[in-house]
This record gives sequence, structure tokens and C-alpha cells, in this order.
Amino acid sequence: MSWTRKILRVNLTEGTCTPEPLNMQWANDYLGQRGLATKYLVEETDPKVHPLSPENKLIMATGPLTGTMVSTGGRYSVITKGPLTGAIACSNSGGFLGNEFKNAGWDMIIFEGRSPTPVYLYIENDLAELRPAEHLWGKSAWEADDILHADHQDPNLRVAVIGRTSENGCLFGCVINDRHRAAGRSGVGTVMASKHLKAVAVRGTLGVAAPHSSDEFFKAVADGKEVLAENPVTGQGLPTYGTQVLMNVINGVGGLPARNMRDVGFEGAENISGEAMHEPRASDGKPNLVTNAACFGCTIACGRISTIDKTHFSIRDKADKPQYQGASGGLEYEAAWSLGADTGVDDLDALTYVNFVCNEDGFDPISFGCTVAAAMELFEAGKITLEDTGGIDLRFGNAEALVAVTEALVTGEGFGAVIGMGSKRLCEKYGDADLSMSVKGLEFPAYDPRGIQGIGLNYATSNRGACHVRGYTIASEILGIPVKTEQTDTDGKPELVKAFQDATALVDSAGICLFTTFAWGMENIAPQIDAACEGDWSVERCLEVGERIWNLERMYNNAAGFTADDDKLPKRLLKEAIKSGPTKGQVNRLGEMLPKYYEIRGWTESGEPTPETVSRLGL
Amino acid sequence: MKMYLELYASLMHLLPPGKSRHQREISVNEGTTVQDVIESYHIPPEMAHIVLVNGHFVCDERDKHILQEGDTLSIWPPVAGG
Repeated sequence: MSWTRKILRVNLTEGTCTPEPLNMQWANDYLGQRGLATKYLVEETDPKVHPLSPENKLIMATGPLTGTMVSTGGRYSVITKGPLTGAIACSNSGGFLGNEFKNAGWDMIIFEGRSPTPVYLYIENDLAELRPAEHLWGKSAWEADDILHADHQDPNLRVAVIGRTSENGCLFGCVINDRHRAAGRSGVGTVMASKHLKAVAVRGTLGVAAPHSSDEFFKAVADGKEVLAENPVTGQGLPTYGTQVLMNVINGVGGLPARNMRDVGFEGAENISGEAMHEPRASDGKPNLVTNAACFGCTIACGRISTIDKTHFSIRDKADKPQYQGASGGLEYEAAWSLGADTGVDDLDALTYVNFVCNEDGFDPISFGCTVAAAMELFEAGKITLEDTGGIDLRFGNAEALVAVTEALVTGEGFGAVIGMGSKRLCEKYGDADLSMSVKGLEFPAYDPRGIQGIGLNYATSNRGACHVRGYTIASEILGIPVKTEQTDTDGKPELVKAFQDATALVDSAGICLFTTFAWGMENIAPQIDAACEGDWSVERCLEVGERIWNLERMYNNAAGFTADDDKLPKRLLKEAIKSGPTKGQVNRLGEMLPKYYEIRGWTESGEPTPETVSRLGL
Repeated sequence: MKMYLELYASLMHLLPPGKSRHQREISVNEGTTVQDVIESYHIPPEMAHIVLVNGHFVCDERDKHILQEGDTLSIWPPVAGG
């Protein structure tokens, strides 16, 4: 149980796979997954390394609860230096892959160097070897997944794989597993492509060992599952409507950005909402949504499995592509927002199609949608022309254009290659850098920092750029979890942001899903870690570990060249007030929150942990 | 007086018949409170989790918040996402 105490080091340059013992001192200080892998990355790489050079490393890591009976205990993360941002990148994924790693006996895999030719890593318990992947290179993630399953004749094989966009240099490539789960943000798939590593295929049959106290563990697990089942959010709301239920909520409270965050409030929101996914459509009387779905060990089951209307323009002439005719993963809220509200498109089938393509070819729908939205604003301003786009009429609200630019990105040719740079580089290329809605180069998620103040502070200070799942203050500011705070207030938000960021760092290092925290507090999580792991894992220790991880990531970024000047928001969000709706007149008041945030973090005015903070956290 | 009631997610089935996905125009007496509407449409108290009037939260004292002509009252059960 907990750690297998074994990691696999894969030197792609030399073609070797070498087992090593896990550094247990580091495990005690950083727990696992996000935290522990970051410690390895910090100790083994130069923070100034080019993200796509052989000197960068890429780590796939599980947590101590991955593969256990703890609800949602199937998570793994990919940790590296991200090519989109140049900052620490850590992307977390569900599905079934993490459990398979653990059952094969590995806590972590460290990839280093670069293979001279395309390869994939095959793991079957103790067997780990690099195999040729020329036949997989150039294939989509789904095609490569199918080929690996056929080659190995094993339906239980679990595969993490990159798509063609990562191979083509798109800077926001994902690592896809189980066809529609993804280590999605920051371009971790692009780093994998730079190493000529197409896939990791793993089969584990060793099981996980019993914990040191079975009775205590089973009780803690049962207690945790009972809390999830009885909570109306994790027991009812998320299984029924998924994350997409937020579309109307966030629109209703004046927090839904639209059209490259030029507007707040989207008139088409309800057409692309969780509720709309349940409605019968005119053509065949069937709803977009087929069923919900669960990742390994999950008792929430928030996932969406959907279909596209067969008469829809995006697929009706694609009879040769059966992958779009059946059911597949999505839409989730963030993708529906970025591909929809942010581009002004309220065509649910178009968004479902584009989301399928994001999964099939492994690219981040948030960064993609936001980059398209920035391009649309530049197009409408005349700074991007039809000649630039190859004839795509890239106006806001044009679903056909959204589909066309998606397919262009997959080929990596023409304007698709420009989109693949991400919004920061795209806006710089066309002469208006301020139109990139990003922090540290990572595009925004689906909550406007003008209408919701605390999330703006979280975006500005998030170690991987504008990211909602580094400190999801929306839970408190909008959803009232665990307590409601006023969305347009700045008082108390530095404390709120720090608390969410530290707790999230711990959750992301344990092997469980962040969504448990809609019902679980640290008082529910710590006993499960404590029962599974050696040592005493109190609430206080868990929170300290979370804070240590946050600071370690910060110190990595500082060493990579980031400063307090990078803890900022785009001018639009600080200067252009919301024009209408319940949050009319608001801008984000970052300047009221940031100094206090630095103070309570124990950082200097220039955003560096003080010697006292470094000493207190044992960094 | 006329006002608008919007119900979302698992509360949608409590809406009276109508064409709009979420919204109905309803008639209420002067002095009607948010709590009055919640009760008259049989919305279980624990399911009226996110309650907005014209996009602004009504968290406490719903029985004292008097609705005005043309107000939009929007209600969600406990939900989350991310």
C-alpha cells in the first residue's frame, strides 16, 4: 500500500530502463505525484533548461493512494518544464492508467534524454523496455492506442499517448490516456514528443500490498465514501450534470467571460450547458449525453460520454471516420466554455466534435479555444486576414470556422501551425500582445477575474500560469463550498487563495481527484493518507506538505527566471470594466490582494520565499 | 405583479409548462419574498442552494428579501464543477 518504493528511470538517449529505490525521505516531505515528482525535477534538472531539449526531464508519477480502494484513487500526473510557459508544468489525469502503473509496481517513471528514433515504453510488471514506434508516429492518439492494443492482444493494456499535434510542435499538446482522459495543460505532450516518446503502454497484475493497518484503512475509506455519497454535490449534482452544470451558474452570476474576455456574459450559454446536453435533439430524438462515467475507483462519476448529431455539418460527410459517429468523452465545462463562449459559438454539436478532436489528437481545449478566440478578435480588428487564415472566415460565433481551424491545427500546416503557438506568441506575432488572455503564457479557464476577485489572484500567482485547479476559489466565491464568500470582495481573498492552493497541492500529490474536495475537507483526507502510509499524517502535516510543495514550485519558477512581474493579469482584466450584467463596472483589483498574499506566504516584496520561510518548510 | 422565475439542473421539472428552457414569467403579489416563491413552487429548502435575484446572491434572510416588479429569481440545487 501507499508507495511501492520503486521508480523506473528511462534514458531515452541510451535506450535503457533502470529500476531505482524511491527516495523515502523525499516521499515523507512531498508525499507523491505532483509534490514528489517536482522534488525529483528540481534536484535533477537546471531550471533554465529549454523545455524541448533532451536536458529537460518528464516524469509520470502516482500518489500513495493511487491504486488503492480510496474513492477516486486512480490519478497520476505528468511533471516537467512546460514549453508553453517555461514554468513548472504539472498536469493531472484520471482514467485507469495511474492504477495500472501502481499495479505494475511503480511509483514513478522518469524519462530523460531523447531517443534517436520514435519509441514507446512497454511495461508489464517488472518488465520495462523501449520498443520501436515508427509505425505509431504520425498516427492520432486514438489510432496509436488501437494499434498498441491490437499488437499486444491485451484489452486490459492501459496507454498514455501523444497525438499528431504534439509531434507537429503545437505547444499545448496533451498526454491522452484511456482515449479521453488527459494530462491536459501546459504542453506536457509536446515535451513527450520532443523526446520521440510516442506512448507508454502498461499492464500491471501485481496488485497493491495491504496497508500496515487494514482495519483502520478500510474504516477511513468507508467513511470517506459515505461522505461523498451523502453530499448533494458529489452524490447527485456531479453524476447527473457533470461539470457542465456550471455554464448557467457562472453566466448567471456575471462571471462567464465571452469572446476573448472582451465581454462578460454569453447569450448562448444555455445552448451549450449541462442541461442542454440532456435534451432530445430534433434529428433523432436522442440527447447529446449518452451516460456519465467514472474513472478508476471513483464513486462520484462526473464524466460525460456524448454523441454528435449525425446530421451535423461537422461529421455528416465523414463516413470514413467512424470515430466521430459513436459515443466518446466530453463535453466538460472548461472545454465547453473555451471552445464555445470564448469563441462566441453556441453550437453544441460543433463543440462536441471539436472536443472529440482534442482528445483524438491530444491538445488542450482550454489553450486551443482561447487562442482561437484571440485570433478571432485580431481577425475582426483586421490584424489577421483571410490570407493569413488560408480563407477561414474567423469571426466570433462562426462554428464552421472553429471546426476548420481545429482540423488545420491537427495537420500542423498553414494557420494551424500559428494557432499551435498559443495565444501569447500569436498575439505578439500580429502586433497586439495585450489581447492574449493568459498568465505566464497559459490561457485562462472559464471564470472572469473581474466578476470574481479571488480567482484572479489565484490565476496571477498560480505556478503553472492561469489555472483554476491550482486554487479553485470558485468553490467558495460562487458555490458556497465550504463557506460562501462575496465574489466581488478582495478582503480575505489572499488567505482564501493560499488555503486553496496549499490544500490542492496536497490533494494532487496523494493520488486522488480534486473533485472530492467539494465534499471532503482535509479532516476527511488526512485519515485516509494516515491509514495507508507509514508515519503520522495529521491534518496539520498534510497542510504543511501542501505549502512546502507550493513553495518548491515557486522556487523552481524563480530560478527559471520568473519574478513578481510575472504575477500579473492582462490589462483588459485590470482596466476594462465589465459592460453589463450583475457585475457591471467591475475590474480585477489585483493590487489590493497581491501584497497581502506575499506577506502571508512568507515571501519578500519581490515574490521570493524569505530565508525564514525556506527554513520553516525545510526547503 | 410580473416577475421571472428561473430553475436549473434538477429543479427544472418544477417549472410550470412553457417554452423557455429555464425561465417562466410568473405573477406574484406585492410584498412577495424569495422564500415565498421557493415554497409556492415546492422547492425543497436544501435544494435552493444558489439563489440569485437579478444575478446577485441572496444567501441569508430569504424570507425578508421582497421581490420587485420585473425581478428575475434564479435557483440552483447544490452543484459544482471545474
